[in-house]
Amino acid sequence: MTETTTATTPATTEPESENVKALTRNWAPPIAYTVLGLFALVVFGILADSATATFGLSTRSDAIQLDPLAVPSKLTSIVLAVGCLLAAAYAFWLTGKARKQPLWLPILFGLLFVMSFLVWAVAGAAISLTGLLQGALALAVPFIFGALCGMVGERSGVINIAIDGQLLFGAFLSGVVASLAGNLWLGLIAAPIAGVMVAWLLAVFTIKYFVNQIIVGVVLNVLVYGVTNFLYGSLLAPEQDTWNSPGKFGKLEIPLLSDIPVIGPVLFNQTIIVYVMYVVVALVHVALFHTRWGLRVRAVGEHPEAADTAGIDVNSVRFRNVLIGGAIAGFGGAFFTLAQQGIFNKEMTAGAGFIALAAMIMGRWTPIGAVFAALLIGFADNLQSVLGIIGFPIPSELMAMTPYLLTILAVAGLVGKIRPPAANGVPYIKS
Amino acid sequence: MKLELRGITKRFGSLVANDHIDLVIEPGEIHCLLGENGAGKSTMMNLIYGLLEPDEGEIFVDDKPLKCNSPSDAMAAGIGMVHQHFMLVPVFTVAENVMLGAEPVRNGGLLDLDAARKRVRQISERFGFDVDPDAVVETLPVGVQQRVEIIKALVRDARVLILDEPTAVLTPQETDELIEIMRQLKANGTSIVFITHKLREVRAVADRITVLRLGKIVGEADPSASEAELASMMVGRSVTLAVDKEPPKTGDVVLDVQGLTVVDERDQVVVDDVSFDVRAGEVLAIAGVQGNGQTEVTEAILGLQSKATGSVRLDGKELIGRSVRQVLRSGVGFVPEDRKVDGLVGDFSVADNLVLDLHDQPPFASGPIFKPAAVQSNATERIAEFDIRTGSAATPAKTLSGGNQQKVVIARELSRPLRLLIAAQPTRGLDVGSIEFVHKRIIAERDKGTAVLIVSTELDEVNALADRVLVMYRGKVVGIVPGDTDRDVLGLMMAGVPPQEADKQAEEHPTLIEHAEALLTKQDEDQK
Repeated sequence: MTETTTATTPATTEPESENVKALTRNWAPPIAYTVLGLFALVVFGILADSATATFGLSTRSDAIQLDPLAVPSKLTSIVLAVGCLLAAAYAFWLTGKARKQPLWLPILFGLLFVMSFLVWAVAGAAISLTGLLQGALALAVPFIFGALCGMVGERSGVINIAIDGQLLFGAFLSGVVASLAGNLWLGLIAAPIAGVMVAWLLAVFTIKYFVNQIIVGVVLNVLVYGVTNFLYGSLLAPEQDTWNSPGKFGKLEIPLLSDIPVIGPVLFNQTIIVYVMYVVVALVHVALFHTRWGLRVRAVGEHPEAADTAGIDVNSVRFRNVLIGGAIAGFGGAFFTLAQQGIFNKEMTAGAGFIALAAMIMGRWTPIGAVFAALLIGFADNLQSVLGIIGFPIPSELMAMTPYLLTILAVAGLVGKIRPPAANGVPYIKS
Repeated sequence: MKLELRGITKRFGSLVANDHIDLVIEPGEIHCLLGENGAGKSTMMNLIYGLLEPDEGEIFVDDKPLKCNSPSDAMAAGIGMVHQHFMLVPVFTVAENVMLGAEPVRNGGLLDLDAARKRVRQISERFGFDVDPDAVVETLPVGVQQRVEIIKALVRDARVLILDEPTAVLTPQETDELIEIMRQLKANGTSIVFITHKLREVRAVADRITVLRLGKIVGEADPSASEAELASMMVGRSVTLAVDKEPPKTGDVVLDVQGLTVVDERDQVVVDDVSFDVRAGEVLAIAGVQGNGQTEVTEAILGLQSKATGSVRLDGKELIGRSVRQVLRSGVGFVPEDRKVDGLVGDFSVADNLVLDLHDQPPFASGPIFKPAAVQSNATERIAEFDIRTGSAATPAKTLSGGNQQKVVIARELSRPLRLLIAAQPTRGLDVGSIEFVHKRIIAERDKGTAVLIVSTELDEVNALADRVLVMYRGKVVGIVPGDTDRDVLGLMMAGVPPQEADKQAEEHPTLIEHAEALLTKQDEDQK
């Protein structure tokens, strides 16, 4: 090197000035935490009557029986709400120092808040915690499959709004094939094929013909609703025995693991579809972050020109990924017919594909994050039906809104900055 | 490796970007490709690299025809390229970027990051690059990012390395370091194609020079050719870059900026506690390498940056917190950096573009009614006054040449009474004639008593226009110096060296380019 290089070394970076701190501080999270924490303290604690809330920890068939947990509702809610406020105070302190919020903070806050609410809601009654979690997982399964589908596409830069259509078509075809063949396994094979069919249309129009990705996605959803509704009305409903009686998979209990208290029966007494889901989550995680394929996919989604100049065919990576996503979502769709209902119903996904999209965003485009987000939404969803059963005073319609409210709050950045893949939704057109 | 182009032609619609190009790159030479913006240099390199396909002609590597349909073909043939806009994934680490496309794997398909790190370190040590393989690219200074690009090419055994405008983003001192790297590579037997429009660099480093104009090769030159000769080959006529101007007659402070701080959407500090003032009747130029916060300063003054604090006063009135419209109405004219994106509505006619910020004001509107006749007569006047070469006032602005588009923007901004004119990169990508015109209008506006703030990355332009020069580095003001400050001193300041120290260092160590120039001048004299 020449002598001049020594001269160009810049001054070491100084600590940030007050001006900069003032601009980079985001007061929204601590304020939100405080408001929610105070709400919990007053409504769930101070204003509430004292009673006993009972949580069942075992089901009758469990090998290890635990006594139900009974707690004084008022005191417990107050303690938990104070915990919320402490988390809020910590958030304030961090923001004041212009430091980053750790990821565990919103998770901890969320847990404390939900528990405080739960103790208040269950006061004077009893619910089964295991049952609550089982239901939450059951609701979360399609969200997880859908979120993985969206993620595989968006990590490569293609927005997939048609997840719901892919889930629904998977549900439809798996049910029909299983009924006609009289074989559930054939239905399970048909499901990903159905998803791929819808995904192929999305890929052709968005990647080959550069049609707006959102528009194609919306149109495909409507197309699948229309086709399945028509066939349901003309075939599946009138000739149900032939066309729409697939039956469903039984639950497989995994020895030892299913004996773990509370979570054992939740996680390890499930249908084959759920076990496959565990595998798919792990596979997508490893593939995305630790393989050649994943590195290329992420490069294509972040900076397609860079990938192109490194000799990667951007549009074929995208095409392939949309199809892989379709297979995942289609397979997930089989959960509705072959695991849950044992029969195909009109529009039975009920918008699960859109919630899946939200779970993917909340989970910041990572498989693990998406799983937690999907579980949270599933939990909130299940909670409202459980509380409805024990005669909870708040109308269930209002309670049913919570997952969506949570999603909006999360996406609005209250739990930290969310940064999508840089080239997400941008078609790659070579000159 | 010998690289040869025979009769290469590339057309984009009616535009012939490359017209029957014949070019030979000999093994182990530094071959400069010189030409103005838009001369077809980048098109040619994209053809070699397989990013574009030629309409006619063939490329030969060691006298064998190269079938090059994609960058991977080019890389396989030993051609590497460092693009003008870096082809690096910002959120990836250096190692991940280097391995992309040729990833080492182990254990049945898992990425072998250790192997990638090792390769980066090897090359880094061999050429003294000092690059940390685990650094995330977006956190690195541009000079280092460029080295990552070079490592990327070297990892793939590139024997011809194409550098597309590599110095556009570098300080003069970083340019020196790059020149040193180029020489090392050459000593290693790598051929280098060095694309640029900066004459000084060419003369310092080239073994051979090929000059391109309007898609054609107009000649070859020897590095000993004078700057004036090269310039006239490049633009097709003799040029003078100096602007005739009187010493400024400065008045009161018009723009007073105190403690201006801006953070971007990722909460990165882009402008850090910047203070300066501009007086009536003077030109203050903000110099600095691209991306050191200059653009953000101008945008903050105009109200385009939402996260800005500090104080910006125009004639004592605070501008921070006001809307862009209010700022414009208070007498600020703004020539944005990217005229195609921020300066014009491409599909609108020239006439409409000339009243973009006045369309709701008399005489162009009364109440909600728009008055096309007034717009039309205004357009006719401006087109004549600013010599805008356009088919008619109804021609869409996007079909005009770059120089004429810029004239439309400047005509619009100067067509109302101004207190302050802000012009960011006012002559980027313009032909020499338009540059002269734009410079003259800016000085004329200054002489009318307007305060003028210029942002430029070209030292030639800074020298030509500025009464005072403010140098920015990493969002901070390095110093404010007189307009006639020596280039070397400005160059060092652009690398963050404070003015007094820069003075001293410039005396002790003239830059490589200065050194080469001194030698060449001496040779010239000896020959005479």
